[in-house]
Amino acid sequence: MVFDAEVFQITVLSLQISALATGLSLFIGLPLGTLLALGKFPGRSFLLSMVNTGMGLPPVVVGLFVAMMLWRSGPLGDLKLIYTPTAIIIAQVIISFPVVTGLTAAALQALDPRLRLQLYGLGASLVQMIWMLWKEARLPLLAALMAGFGSVISEVGASMMVGGNIRYQTRVLTTAIVLETGKGNFDIAIALGILLLTITFLINWALTWIQQRSAR
Amino acid sequence: MKALVEIHDLLVLRGNHPALQLKHLEIPEGEVLAVVGPNGAGKSTLLLTLARLLKPKQGEILFDGQPASTESDTTYRRRIALVMQDPLLFDTTVFENVAAGLKFRSVPREKVKYKVPLWLERLGVGHLSKRRAGHLSGGEAQRVSLARALALEPELLLLDEPFSALDPPTRAGILDDLGPLLIKTSTTTVFVTHDLQEAAQLSGHMAIIIGNRLRQVGNPDDVFKFPADEEVAQFLNHRTPTGNRRK
Repeated sequence: MVFDAEVFQITVLSLQISALATGLSLFIGLPLGTLLALGKFPGRSFLLSMVNTGMGLPPVVVGLFVAMMLWRSGPLGDLKLIYTPTAIIIAQVIISFPVVTGLTAAALQALDPRLRLQLYGLGASLVQMIWMLWKEARLPLLAALMAGFGSVISEVGASMMVGGNIRYQTRVLTTAIVLETGKGNFDIAIALGILLLTITFLINWALTWIQQRSAR
Repeated sequence: MKALVEIHDLLVLRGNHPALQLKHLEIPEGEVLAVVGPNGAGKSTLLLTLARLLKPKQGEILFDGQPASTESDTTYRRRIALVMQDPLLFDTTVFENVAAGLKFRSVPREKVKYKVPLWLERLGVGHLSKRRAGHLSGGEAQRVSLARALALEPELLLLDEPFSALDPPTRAGILDDLGPLLIKTSTTTVFVTHDLQEAAQLSGHMAIIIGNRLRQVGNPDDVFKFPADEEVAQFLNHRTPTGNRRK
């Protein structure tokens, strides 16, 4: 492994994939969690149970499902996405959006239900009311973001299955660690592990700083 | 006296049970109407219905002569302001709390900067502007909550037992400040309480609701002297007001 250039490329790709997957999970999970927390419609409890179950989805099962969908002979094979970064992002979004959705719903349900009435009673529109509730629940919502990011940056099974761990194309930090361990290159695997941990720590540190700053 | 709100044949259900039945009630413009009655009588149901937070099963509410239903919920609610039993302040500064309703209405920033300190001063909490809501005492928080509603200069102010969680001296202090403010600004107010003393101190008109029905409306003196029926008399006799009535 040409250490500097290749590790840099793997690190950047890992961050790009994780950032995009987390962003998309937030884009889906925040409104869906809000709907589940505030909405009253038939099947709401069932959906909430599905989301809560989804929070514990085994990544390899997601990898298997996405691989079957994107396989060349599969229903979405024509899209030619298997073994691409996009395939990894799809799998990671499926893994992390239930986490963001479930934690968003829990965060909003923990707020005083009379707060909605009070906001409406001060003239808030539906959008303004939801925005204010998000602001009120910002601490647990940031925790949801951290949990979502944590579930994708550390994920390996699905990335391996749908990304294929192709050098310079779909190799990310976690799959590189698996590869180097398999080859007996423990020193490189440990170095990559430390790099992954450091990046995860720095991002969570920044998010925690934002979270605690807003708690003051 | 012109009525700002007229209610006709109102029926509100909560969980399939009648929570409030009103044949007719008028809320006079620029006056404070106290709605009193025992717990569970339907007082808060009336307030939530007036705030359009509960939909009546039947009946009509006229606001300024027009059926309230001709406006969207948000448009209508921007003509009113609601203060609840708990202050329910937002987790931000006192200033931002009072500014919230103004921002919902897209009031220009300069006007917000002018109005918020003005109303905080009027409620005696101007010095707390930069403090976070979580660091206020119960009395301070309720004053901020009142400032937040009054800063909107609503056509109709709805007060849902805003002093019931406060200790008597704090309550008396806020009532002493609020009464003259409501008179000075001629704010039409519906003040729900189960405390006759508060009701007599703040209001010029009193409505008695018992058993989810309106039993009597009148000025406090008449209501105390001539209760409409046995149950009203019994309710009034259990609670003797000692405060000064609004003139």
